[in-house]
Amino acid sequence: MTLILLTAAACADKSGGPRQLAGADAERGRQTAERLACAACHEIPGVAWPQGRVGGSLTGFAGRPLIAGRFRNQPDVLVRWLSDAPSLDPSTGMPPLPITAAEARDVAAYLYTLK
Amino acid sequence: MSGLGEIFGGWPPPVLDPAGPFAGPVTALAWVLLISGGLVLAMVLGVTSVALFGPRRWRAKLGHERLVWIGGLAFPVVVLTALLLHGLSLTRDLSAPPQPGETRIRVTGEMWWWRVAYLDTAGREAVQDANEIHIPVGRPVTLELEAADVIHSLWIPRLAGKVDMIPGRRNLMRINADRPGTYAAQCAEFCGGPHALMGLVVVAHAPAEWDAWRTRTAAPPTPTPGRGAELFLSAGCGACHTVRGTPANGLAGPDLTHVGSRRTLGAGILPNHQGTLAAWIADSQAIKPGNRMPAYPVLSGPDIRALAAWLGSLK
Repeated sequence: MTLILLTAAACADKSGGPRQLAGADAERGRQTAERLACAACHEIPGVAWPQGRVGGSLTGFAGRPLIAGRFRNQPDVLVRWLSDAPSLDPSTGMPPLPITAAEARDVAAYLYTLK
Repeated sequence: MSGLGEIFGGWPPPVLDPAGPFAGPVTALAWVLLISGGLVLAMVLGVTSVALFGPRRWRAKLGHERLVWIGGLAFPVVVLTALLLHGLSLTRDLSAPPQPGETRIRVTGEMWWWRVAYLDTAGREAVQDANEIHIPVGRPVTLELEAADVIHSLWIPRLAGKVDMIPGRRNLMRINADRPGTYAAQCAEFCGGPHALMGLVVVAHAPAEWDAWRTRTAAPPTPTPGRGAELFLSAGCGACHTVRGTPANGLAGPDLTHVGSRRTLGAGILPNHQGTLAAWIADSQAIKPGNRMPAYPVLSGPDIRALAAWLGSLK
């Protein structure tokens, strides 16, 4: 019985880690993503045009364990990735984006709404 | 379109909100036509209903030959002649030849972008640009409209009516903006594949600012040497694109001498920043399917970023 409980505990959902971004607003983030035209590289659910193919699709991003297949999908990492991806991965094609830290947090909150 | 609301103060841009003396009369005429057309339609429907279902006494009156002479002949002849005369005189004003000393800009429709050349007083192409037209506020500017391949049509709803661009012809369009700002334009004649993604930006500056812009644009930028500059030449970009001050002198695609200072990319369809530059370079076909620039699967991520950074530095 103890073993079963321990196993269950070990397998408990850890995706949660905190995905909350204090003060961030997903709707504002959606508007920022539209203003930047993130869809020029990334297919985004609900965006009819453009549907870029250079970067990965953002469909289901909220449930994805890794960012760009390499980094923990946690808010602090994601915010940094959005503002300055090459600082995490020098081989990426995603350039640093012209957004403020607050805007990056909003966009991160938006990305965590993409099922 | 995506992300252009901020550039144009809302998307889609308004079409019945004139912002200059060459658009005002066109919008007024559009309203006159719409409202009087509506009134005539209401009258015809009214008379038809009376003729079908009205009291016998009213129907008898409609049977009179005079109604046909007045309503069927005199009224249309008078109204349509008046409209035709008004339309002809309006069109003459809207496409009058430029006055001496007036700014002339040659705009050539290409599949699926706009070549823009600022003419000097002798009518020579002095400054090359693309996909953006810069004008001084409050001064009439003449656009010489040409087409390189198929028929296009330039429509800047807030500044003027549509004028077609026809291969082998030069049509004139006059524009004048009352206020500084950014005005959206669009190709309004189906010209194949990505016709719907053939936009253009008109930027109206205060006169002093416009003079400064022109001086700045006439001079080549000082391209920063580095990986981006090397890649631009080694990847063959210069076969289609010109960047003045470098060996890149291609004429098939838009002049990129000052691409970093443009508001949009892809001919008025994307905001211009590092991210969209990278997207366009890597795979413009996903964004604007059928356009003449191929995707570049031979470039690595850092290559694409270096190119985007270099192009963005061409202010």
